[in-house]
Amino acid sequence: MSLALSPEEQAIAAGQDGAGMAMRIVAESARLLGAPRLIPIASTHIDGALYHGDSGTLFAERLVEGGAKVAVRSTLNVGALDLMGCSRIRLEEPQRGMARRMMEAYRKLGCEQSWTCAPYQAGHRPAPGSDVAWGESNAVVFCNSVLGARTNRYGDFLDIACAITGRSPDYGLHRPDNRRARLIFDVSGLSPSFLASEIAWPVLGSLYGREVGDAVGVVTGVANHPGEDALKAFGAAAASSGAVGLFHIAGVTPEAPDVETILAGPEPEAVIRVTPQMVAKARAGLSTTAAGKAIDAVAIGSPHLSHAEFDSLERLIAGRRLTVPVYACTGRHALALLEQDGRRKRLEASGVVIVADTCVVVTPIMPELSNGVLMTNSGKFAHYAPGNTGYAVLYASLADCVESAVLGKPVFTDIAA
Amino acid sequence: MSTPPEILVPGKAGEGEALVLTAPISFWGGVDPKTGRIADVRHPQHGEVIAGRVLFLPGTIGSSSASAVLMELVHNGRAPAALVLHEPDAILLLGLIVAREMGWETPIAVRLERGQFDTYRGTAVTVAADGAVSVAV
Repeated sequence: MSLALSPEEQAIAAGQDGAGMAMRIVAESARLLGAPRLIPIASTHIDGALYHGDSGTLFAERLVEGGAKVAVRSTLNVGALDLMGCSRIRLEEPQRGMARRMMEAYRKLGCEQSWTCAPYQAGHRPAPGSDVAWGESNAVVFCNSVLGARTNRYGDFLDIACAITGRSPDYGLHRPDNRRARLIFDVSGLSPSFLASEIAWPVLGSLYGREVGDAVGVVTGVANHPGEDALKAFGAAAASSGAVGLFHIAGVTPEAPDVETILAGPEPEAVIRVTPQMVAKARAGLSTTAAGKAIDAVAIGSPHLSHAEFDSLERLIAGRRLTVPVYACTGRHALALLEQDGRRKRLEASGVVIVADTCVVVTPIMPELSNGVLMTNSGKFAHYAPGNTGYAVLYASLADCVESAVLGKPVFTDIAA
Repeated sequence: MSTPPEILVPGKAGEGEALVLTAPISFWGGVDPKTGRIADVRHPQHGEVIAGRVLFLPGTIGSSSASAVLMELVHNGRAPAALVLHEPDAILLLGLIVAREMGWETPIAVRLERGQFDTYRGTAVTVAADGAVSVAV
């Protein structure tokens, strides 16, 4: 089926202005995807404002020069600079200036200055069943799976093009049939104590992503709702190790009250029975080095830390002084609450480096070290830190990350799956 | 030998040494946008450079910023000579679509069944303007 544009869409696409450019990008993507038409969308979350090089800045400025404006609510994902001034970004000129120009261009296009990869914890929660166009892999998977709104994995540039046109290609996860589960990921063989632990969800997410790729699956064997931050960690890890855009957890996520309801057919195409051995292997795979005598830093907050996660961090530090810094990445939505009662100052006094609007794997913040070792509780940081920062990674729970930061050397608590 | 063409994104015909990836890759975090070097230490082709090569992609994973990395590679003159994909990847190919809108010269991207990739390993490959993939003579 070939793409049919409405007369109005065709007229916009023929324009030499920014809206015309945006419509051509949306239409060309729709053609590539085999979408028959474009559909209206309720909101966007835009990942395109992160500086990867001058080309992205030039594109955003071309849209601004063409008079383009977003047609729907549009939040912004992280940028390359900490506009709140919490942390020092080691980005040099001319890149620094180009990154700032890029952030400014997206502001001029009418986007909200949210600068977070967890917009769903910053007040942007589209209604279940609504069509939206979100970028940033963890935000996409959360939006689909936990909120029940409908989005595909929108790449950089298509996100802003959808925001300007207020439309997106009708394909993939916008269509209810494609949201049904074809695989079962059964975790009932794991111990309840492991499933209740913090590391269970990023580790299982990493395994899930590798096992299912881009398929839609349903997780079974989860007795209790693990909490929103656990689902956030699961989705982020799954979207890093695979191309997961939507998962279900039977009895937990909104489209899967039970397995039967969400399965695409009477029988699943495959059942993945997760064993403690598979979990141990996935957990080991998140580290890229063996535990040595020292660590150089701890990084947490991918996706950005919530209020509840800051509470945990504060409780675990318990007023102690850290030997190596803990980089705590978050959005300005969480920062506002931290500022209220002196908590931010107390955390910083203990050695926490709060990073706002951005994070340590997307822009240079941590010192450049040739043999640096980074500890993290984030499956997503574990995945991206080696390539993007040059640091080797040790994966551990938040409690172990904090203890290691206090002592300056890696400590691990055994948590059997 | 040549195969029936299916052009995903039109562009400049390309010729170069084949680089057949044996695992899906995340361009963001996996490929250095300045040099085109595969930076993902877990990837089997870690250390290889995709610039100027005919790049065979069995699949892509991870971040939705793949398009930005590919467009930056185009802008820096470090893009592959041509891209051969098992299936159309709208996130990655958007980098080419937007680069074309910006008026920059982009490599052609074509579709080819993953099972045929091995035929081209270790050879110099031409991807013609009509999308035909063949071993260069």
